[in-house]
Order: sequence, then structure tokens, then C-alpha cells
Amino acid sequence: MPDARHPLKLLMVDDERDFALTLAERLELRGFTPSVAFDGESALERVRGEHFDLVLLDVMLPGLSGLTVLRRIREMQPGLPVVLLTGNAGAKDGAEGIQQGARACINKPLDLQELLSLFAEIAKESRHA
Amino acid sequence: MQSSPYANLRRKIVIILAATAILPVLLLSAINYMEFERTFTAEAQNPLRATVSKSKNSLELFMAERSSTISLIASAFSYEDLADVRTLQRIFFVMQKEFSGFVDLGLINEQGALVNYVGPHRELLGIDYSGQEWFHKVRFQNRFVSEVFRGFRLFPHVVIAAQHVTERGDRWIVRATIDTAQFMKSMSIAHFEPDSDIFLLNRKGVLQSDSLFYGKTLEQCPVPVPVQSYETRVVNTSDHNGRPILLSYCYLAGSDFVLVAVKQNVNPFQSWFMLRTDILLILCVSILAIYTVAARTVGTLIARLQESDKEREQAMLQMEHSQKLSSIGRLAAGVAHEINNPLAIINEKAGLLCDILEMEQAFPRREQFDSNLKAISNAVARCRDITHRMLGFARRMDVKIEELDVNAVLSETLLFLEKEAQHRSIVIIQELADGLPKIACDRGQLQQVFLNVLNNALAAVDDGGETRIRSALHGKDAVAISIADNGVGMDEETKKHIFEPFFTTKKEKGTGLGMSIIYGIVKRHGGEIQVDSAMGKGTTITIILPAGHLPAGA
Repeated sequence: MPDARHPLKLLMVDDERDFALTLAERLELRGFTPSVAFDGESALERVRGEHFDLVLLDVMLPGLSGLTVLRRIREMQPGLPVVLLTGNAGAKDGAEGIQQGARACINKPLDLQELLSLFAEIAKESRHA
Repeated sequence: MQSSPYANLRRKIVIILAATAILPVLLLSAINYMEFERTFTAEAQNPLRATVSKSKNSLELFMAERSSTISLIASAFSYEDLADVRTLQRIFFVMQKEFSGFVDLGLINEQGALVNYVGPHRELLGIDYSGQEWFHKVRFQNRFVSEVFRGFRLFPHVVIAAQHVTERGDRWIVRATIDTAQFMKSMSIAHFEPDSDIFLLNRKGVLQSDSLFYGKTLEQCPVPVPVQSYETRVVNTSDHNGRPILLSYCYLAGSDFVLVAVKQNVNPFQSWFMLRTDILLILCVSILAIYTVAARTVGTLIARLQESDKEREQAMLQMEHSQKLSSIGRLAAGVAHEINNPLAIINEKAGLLCDILEMEQAFPRREQFDSNLKAISNAVARCRDITHRMLGFARRMDVKIEELDVNAVLSETLLFLEKEAQHRSIVIIQELADGLPKIACDRGQLQQVFLNVLNNALAAVDDGGETRIRSALHGKDAVAISIADNGVGMDEETKKHIFEPFFTTKKEKGTGLGMSIIYGIVKRHGGEIQVDSAMGKGTTITIILPAGHLPAGA
């Protein structure tokens, strides 16, 4: 659960608007502060202009691919944790993303509890850091 | 079903090969045969040819001697001496002593009258020959040898006449009769061979001496007169009865005679028969040998060809099979991926509804909503399992050798079968040993091996049966995975053919490829498969795989 004093600020990047918006709403209900981007370009712009505690990034994106976006974010802010989302469970892309520094790769459809515990873990790590 | 084109091919090659080898042998044998036959024929003809040649020489010599003698007598004595009966008698006596065959001797004057005569027919004295043809011939030619004729005498004879003309122009003729039959008889005795005959003909085919086969002197010979030749010739012909004869003959120069020798029973000869049989035998043996060798060699060749064709076909089928699986896999992956996105939306929407429901204090029919939303979530969870499994299946199609934990792969594989086992209340007992060495293998292939064996195990047991999966260390550096069921078991025949492609006990349901494919996989990884089965008791399949490490950097 996010700390009340310091709510976790998330950026969700997914071209499935319905999915992104619904998940954002659910996370908001749980005390997070999510933002949504529907493609890679705007996501990078957001990252450049704002502070986020975590990026939730779909691997399959129109235009800039998820892995490209990941690489750019790593270049800009190496400390910003990125969690990948994929509809293609176990595909090479996920493993490659992890190699490139993604914190984890979560399969779609999501298990919200799994996601939340991952967030808690990441929050704890960043607090310690 | 396959044998026919191979048998055809085999037949064709054998025929071509054998024909190529046999044809020269046949040709050679034929040439040999003809050559030998010619040699043997010549050998058979030569004695007869020699007989005729020798007889001809003797006969010519015989006639020449006698005609010279008559000539000499005509010249050496005066007409008066010859006209004297006593002198002529003395001369005739000496002649008969020196030369055989003289029958009589006579002196004929210029007018053609027989003036003196010594011999058996004294009644001829005074007879006039002036009208006879030979008389004129001798007056022109000085010498004359007649054909055989009876003349005034009653036995066949030849007349030799010689004329002498003095310096004054007086002329007389000495005439002698010779019994040629006697001479020929002696000749035929001299050259006597069984089944053979020698005789004289004139050019009209009238016998000039007695023939053993064709009649007496002066009878017409039934065998036609052969074509004129002054060289001795031998011909194979047949007589008037159609029997084959060997006929040798020669025309005598300066006379009307044809000397003929005939050999009947021209049987091919024992040695020729034997040789012919030998040639035939050798030919047959050669042909048989050539054919056998060709047939054997080609048979082996075709068998190899058939085998390799079969292997290739199997490889093709396996490839086809795995390609089919691979395309099914890709299709499944695409479908799974496409479905995952809307599934994620459903999931989140349902989740959101749950969240909202929780926040509302008073909500009528809360429980109904709650349970329905849970049902949606559960359905999504099931779909997710399915799509994940489909994606996993697709991934297995790409071969990638990894270091694998056998137990983990076994557990993964079991996930595929859990549902079926539950439905049929089959108990799956797992006895997995800890700390097993890893093996180097493609995950998909290893899963396929386990899945196939497990599938077979489940197919073998009745509902409510039991399947036991064990993994254990085998020796020092290998892992043994045994999958045992308490199902129907296999008979000997099934055990024998279990790894053969297209062998199936599942009728239409099986491809018959499963066990052959996993056998290939296990063998490729240096492992082995043991089968232990008894009818009615169950089957235990043990897969032994060597521990393996990836080479560094792989």
C-alpha cells in the first residue's frame, strides 16, 4: 500500500485506452496517483517534464515500441523503475526488457494483487535507497 | 502398397543388367557353336573326300596304264605279228600277267573287220565294226576309251582302242576290253567304310559300276547327277528315299565318268553331341550365374533404396508433423495474444466494478452483484490460463537447448493433463527426487517427450486409475524419469513395435508418430527409453537422460 505521505506517482503507457483508463481508476482508488499515456512519444514527453515514481509500460505499442521507450527512459532516468506489461506471456520481448533494466514483466490479463505487491516492493526499495 | 514400384524397378534393372551381360555370352556361344559345327562337319567330310580323290587318281592311273599298253602294242608289233594268232595269244598272256582287268584283245584292219582275236568270244572273229561310232573316233583320235556298255558281249565293259599308222600309211587298230567292275570292286573294298559306297556314273546318271545302294551297272542311278566339278566336292544332300547322305564326287577329265562316294547314316557324331551339350551347359550355367548375381545385387540395392526412401519419408512426415505443430503454435500464439488484450479490459472492468461495490455502503442485491463479478474474474482467470498455455505451446516450437530441471519440466507438463486426470479421477502420484543434475535439452522437446508418455499412460488406465511419476538419479551422471500406470499393459507385439512410426493401438485417434518422435528426441540427446509392460498389470516407461551442461558462452 502506498505511503499516505508520499503517494506513489505512476505513469501508465498503453494503447488500449479502455484498459489503461480502467486500471488507472482502480489504482487511484487504492491511493496511487496514476497518469496515462497512449503512445511512446507522449510517454517520453511526460517523463521528461514530470517526476514519476514508476512507469507501467506495455511492450506492444504503436509507433515507438515498448522496448525503445524503455531504452530512452533508462537513458534519461536510470533510477526510474519500469514494469513491463505484455499480452504475449513469456515472449522474448519480456526477457529482453528485463535485460535492458526493466524491473519486472507482468502478463496481461493482470492479477491486481500481484501488481500491488510488486509496487509495495518497489516503494520499499526506493525508500531505502 | 509400396512394393509394386520397387519390384518394377528391380525387375527392369535386373533385366537390363542381365541382358547386357548375357547377350555377349549368347553371341559368343553361337559363334563357338557354328565354328565347332563347321570343324566337325569338315572332319566328317574329309575321309569321304580323300576316298574320292584317291580313287579318282587310281582310276585315272588304271585307265592311263591300260590305254598306254594298248598303244604300245599297236605300235611295237607289225600287222603281220598281230594278225598271227599265236603271237597275239602270247601278247595277251603277258598283258594279263602284267595288268589286271583285260578281258580280250583284238586286231581290226583298216576296213573295220576283226581279223584276229584272243579272248572268250571267238565267235566275234570277222565281225565288222566300221559302222560303229567308236571306230570312227579312233580313226581320228588314234586312241579311244568307251563308256561302259554291253555291246555284243553280255557283261558291262569298257573298250580301249588304239590305232597305229605306219610311215607308208598302213593303219590298224588294237582293241581291248577291260572289266571295270572288277576294278571298282577292288576300290570299294580298299576304301571300305560301313554305310559307304563308291561307284561310277556317266553324265546321264547311268551306273557305270555296281553300287551297293543304288543298283547294278548300267541301271539308272536314283540319286541325281551332281553339278559338274573336276575338283572333289562334298555335299550334304538326301537320296531318293529322303535319307540324309553325305555325297562326295568328282568328274573325271577326258571321259564321261563321274566318280561318286556316298555315306549313309550321316549321324552327327558322339563328340559333337558332347561338345554341344557342354556349350549348352556352360551357357546355361553362365546365364544362371549372371542372373543370380544381377538379381542379388539389384535386390540388395533396391532394398537399401527402399529403406532409405522409407527413412526419408519418415523424416518428411516428422518434419511435416512438427511443421504442422509449429504453425498451429504460431496460430495459437496470435490468437492468445489478440485475446489477452480484451481479456485484460474485461478483467479490469470487472475489478473496477468490484472496487466500486465495495465502496458503496448500502447497495441492494450486493451479494448477487458480488458473486457475478467474481464469476467474471474467475472466467477471465481461466481464459488467461488457456492463453498462457497456448503461448507456451507456441514457444516450444523454437528449439533452444537450455539447462533444464527435469522436475520443473515434469510439473509444467502435468499442468496440461491435470484437467483430464481430474475429470477421469485418475490419481497422479509424483515422487520427484531433489537435487537432480540438470540436463541440456530443448524445453519444448522435453515437454513433448513427457507429454506423449503421460498421454499414453492416461490412455492406458481406466477412470479412477493411477499414474506414478518418479524422477531419480540414474548412475552417477544421468536422470531417470519413469512413468508407470496400472492400465491395460502391452502385448509382446506392441512392445516390439512401440517405437516404429505409424504403429498405433489407438486406431483413428493416434498418428502412430508419438513414440517414434520421442524416441528420436531421446536418442538425439544421448538418452534411452526402457519399456516394461505386462498385459493387465500396467506399463512403466523409463526415460534415461544424461546430465548435461551447456558449453560456456552458449
